[in-house]
Order: sequence, then structure tokens, then C-alpha cells
Amino acid sequence: MDQPSEVQTPIETDVAIIGAGPAGLFSVFELGLLDLKAHLVDILDRPGGQCTELYPEKPIYDIPALPIVTGQELTERLMEQIKPFSPTFHFGEMANALERLSDGRWKLSTDAGTQIIARVIVIAAGGGSFMPKRPPVPGIETYEGTSVHYAVRKMETFRCKNVLIAGGGDSALDWTLNLAPIAKSLTLVHHRDGFRAAQHSVNQMRELVEQRKINFHVASVKALHGEGGKLSGVTLSGHDKSEWHLEADALLPFFGLTMKLGPIADFGINLHENLIPVDTTRFESETPGIFAIGDIITYPGKLKLILSGFHEAALMAQAAFHICRPNEKLRFQYTTSSSSLQKKLGVS
Amino acid sequence: MKIIAKDREGKETAIEGRDGWTIMEMLRDGGLPITAECGGACACATCHVYIEDGWYEKLTPPSEAEVDMLDMALAVQPNSRLSCQLTCSEDLDGIKVTLAPE
Ligand SMILES: Cc1cc2nc3c(=O)[nH]c(=O)nc-3n(C[C@H](O)[C@H](O)[C@H](O)COP(=O)(O)OP(=O)(O)OC[C@H]3O[C@@H](n4cnc5c(N)ncnc54)[C@H](O)[C@@H]3O)c2cc1C
Ligand code: FES
Repeated sequence: MDQPSEVQTPIETDVAIIGAGPAGLFSVFELGLLDLKAHLVDILDRPGGQCTELYPEKPIYDIPALPIVTGQELTERLMEQIKPFSPTFHFGEMANALERLSDGRWKLSTDAGTQIIARVIVIAAGGGSFMPKRPPVPGIETYEGTSVHYAVRKMETFRCKNVLIAGGGDSALDWTLNLAPIAKSLTLVHHRDGFRAAQHSVNQMRELVEQRKINFHVASVKALHGEGGKLSGVTLSGHDKSEWHLEADALLPFFGLTMKLGPIADFGINLHENLIPVDTTRFESETPGIFAIGDIITYPGKLKLILSGFHEAALMAQAAFHICRPNEKLRFQYTTSSSSLQKKLGVS
Repeated sequence: MKIIAKDREGKETAIEGRDGWTIMEMLRDGGLPITAECGGACACATCHVYIEDGWYEKLTPPSEAEVDMLDMALAVQPNSRLSCQLTCSEDLDGIKVTLAPE
């Protein structure tokens, strides 16, 4: 993985959670009731995991007591529910290294240089971290970061460049419109003359094509040409198998995200077919102090459902408490009747 | 019905298709390496297949949602479909599909 850009002063907390999907979010609540503080890391730039990334508008019908709720609404409600516990989110960061310290605590590091020292790690990584889909063009990985970019960090990178954008969704169209004025030349390639993007962006794009300010090809990228990670051109191919060459210094493929297990595979945790086996009384992995909940885990009878993740979070929190507060006794209490829980929730 | 499925290495297997189930489910349960990340909700495009040997024309045309979602698939060709949107039925006995690259 990439070296951290800048190592920062470590943060100390009770629990570090990898993944801010529904399971990670609800853990904050269950941990919070037990006075445990949490930091969450997610590669996405917002909470919700699969619910907001894959199906924000789709209704979910099997959340107990919520007859119908969309992925987006469920996430918003979870965020509201955990607000009293003021969790800290580290969005847009990949958890990429885990190390055991001599005092028994863990140090979790991210690709942005964040370091979190915690007694307990909770892996709520779902189907893995969301990463950009990589087009199946031979050798593309050798150009990544230099000439092939899956996101635009600085527009200036593309000034006076021959830019090629591949894809037909909103990101492809938005960046076509944004980069057209500063690029030396801009070409959009898509497999059809139709787009899954906001109509006004499509209209604007078509206007630029008419004014010959940008080019549009119904094609796909077949091969990349260049040296030492520096792109000089591409071969495009049409549906009729015709091929042609285009000069290009930068390629921006926008085909959405897909889940990849990523660095967790190298954390030294026992995995079974990319899932973490846990015991179902504590939801702890085979490494003590590393817990796992949600879609990333496996046990006999496991169902990849949001409600299962919630249950797993509650049991995990009980076990995590004993690690974080070895000398304290845990009292079982109901939120309906415990004034101390209500105080934590800010309702009494 | 039977589905003749070719994996990314070119190996062909015949798998049994169950009426009313989707081709994606049959490929997945048949052990083919199909990601199908969203479990058939037409929300991920990782169940992308090519329909071979003239079978494309025999299928019900894709819905608007499928056409849109295909924009997020890689290496789309004129015979591309999302296998979670194709339902097994006797009419499709012998259908030939190839897993698209990932
Ligand atoms: C289309 C669709 C419909 C669904 N419908 C339902 C339904 O009706 N009912 C139901 O109960 N379930 C449904 N599900 C399943 C449900 O969404 C999942 O069970 C749930 O999202 C799992 O939650 P999670 O918190 O375990 O993981 P996820 O939601 O997958 O979140 C995991 C998060 O961890 C992050 N992450 C992973 N590794 C790292 C890392 N190393 N560094 C930083 N971040 C990382 C990921 O980016 C992601 O945001 C559906 C799923 C899909 C795709
Ligand atoms: S399984 Fe996700 S679109 Fe078919």
C-alpha cells in the first residue's frame, strides 16, 4: 500500500471502528451506552456503507419497526441516534495497517497518516472497502497515479493536457464539463450514445461537442501506449471492431466503485474465504481484542442483513467493555428505565 | 433448462437453470466467479455477461434501469447484459453466456 503522506500525532480512544456502514454506525450507539468512545474510519466520504453507496433511494422493508425506509434515510436515522455519543469520523481514509503495541493496545493507521490507538478494534468492513472499478486494459496499473486517475484531486493536474475521460455516468459528465476549459484537448468515450447522467450535463456536453470544443467517441479503451508510467496515447475500439489511435496524456475512467477486501487481508487476522470467522457470544475474531461484525463476518447461520449487524454490535460492545474497563462491573440496563443511560442520551 | 457458461479463462460448463431464478443466481450457485455485489438489485453492474451465438436477440430487451446500470460495467459490447436481470425459463434452454472481464 501507499506510504502515509504525513504521520500525525496518534489519537487515543477506547475503540477504533473500520467501516461506517450500518453495523459500524450502530456499534457507536451500543458502545456509547457503556461509556466507550469510538473513532470510525471509512474510505467513502460519507456514512452508510452499501446503503448510501449502492442503494440510497431503494426502500428497505425488513428493518424491525420501520416498515419502510430507504438506504439514505436509514443512515440519517442512525447518525441521529448516535449523535449523543459524538463519534469522530475519518472519512476518505483507508485503514491500511494494524499493529499491536507493547502495552496491549492497538495502533490503527490510515493512508492519510491518521493513527488511532485503541484497546479494541472493531472491523465492520462489510464487503470490503469501496474502490474505483479498474477497466480491463492490459498494463493499466503501471499508469495509475501518474497518468491514470480515478478521481480528480487537483484540477491543475490536467491543465494543457490531452485528457481522455471514459464512462457515461454523472462523474464522467461532470468532469468532462469541468476539465474542458483547462485541458489542451478533451475526449469523452462511452460504449453508447446515451448517458446515465443528469440531463442538463448531457445537454451541455453535447453543446461542447457541436462547438468542437470537445470530442465524443462511441468506443472503449482497448490499449494504452506510453513509457515509464507516462501515457502518450490510447487505442480505441468501436463496436464494429474498428480501431483507431488517439493522443492522450491522462486517462480518467469513471465506472463507479466496487468492494475489495483491501489491506485488512494483511492484518494477520484469520480469514475464511475473505470473511472473518467469529465466535457468536463475543463477535471477536480469532485474535483477542479484534472484534468483527456485519457483512464481513462468518459463523454458522450468518445472514448478511442489517438487522444481524445490529445484534452483533450489541454483543460485541458487551465483550469490548471488559477489555476496555477490566476493573469495572457491567450492569445490564434498559434505556426505558435507566436514568444513567438517559443522561448519556441527553434525554433526561 | 441448461445454461452454457464460459468463465474468463475460456472454460465452458453446463449448469442447470431453475425456472424463475435469475441467470446470475445460477452462475453464482454453480460456482462461477461472478461478483454480483448487490445481490441482483441492478445496482452494481458486477454480474455483467456477454450473450453468445444469437441468444441476445431472443431475450426480452433490457429495461431502462438495466441499460443505465450497464454504463457502470466495464468492457461493454453490443451483446452485454446484466445476468441478474435475466430470468431462467424453458425458452432459454441452451443459452450461452460468457463472464465479462473484471
Ligand atoms: C442493493 C442492495 C440491497 C440490500 N437490501 C437489503 C435489505 O433490504 N435488508 C437488509 O437487511 N440488507 C440489505 N442489503 C444488505 C445490507 O446493505 C448489508 O448487509 C449492510 O450494508 C452491511 O453493513 P456493514 O456495516 O457490515 O457493511 P457495509 O455497508 O458494506 O459498510 C462497510 C464500510 O466499510 C468500509 N471499509 C471497508 N474496509 C475499509 C478499510 N480498510 N478502510 C476504510 N474503510 C473501509 C467500506 O468503504 C464501507 O463503507 C442490501 C444490499 C444491497 C447491495
Ligand atoms: S448483481 Fe448487481 S447489477 Fe446484477
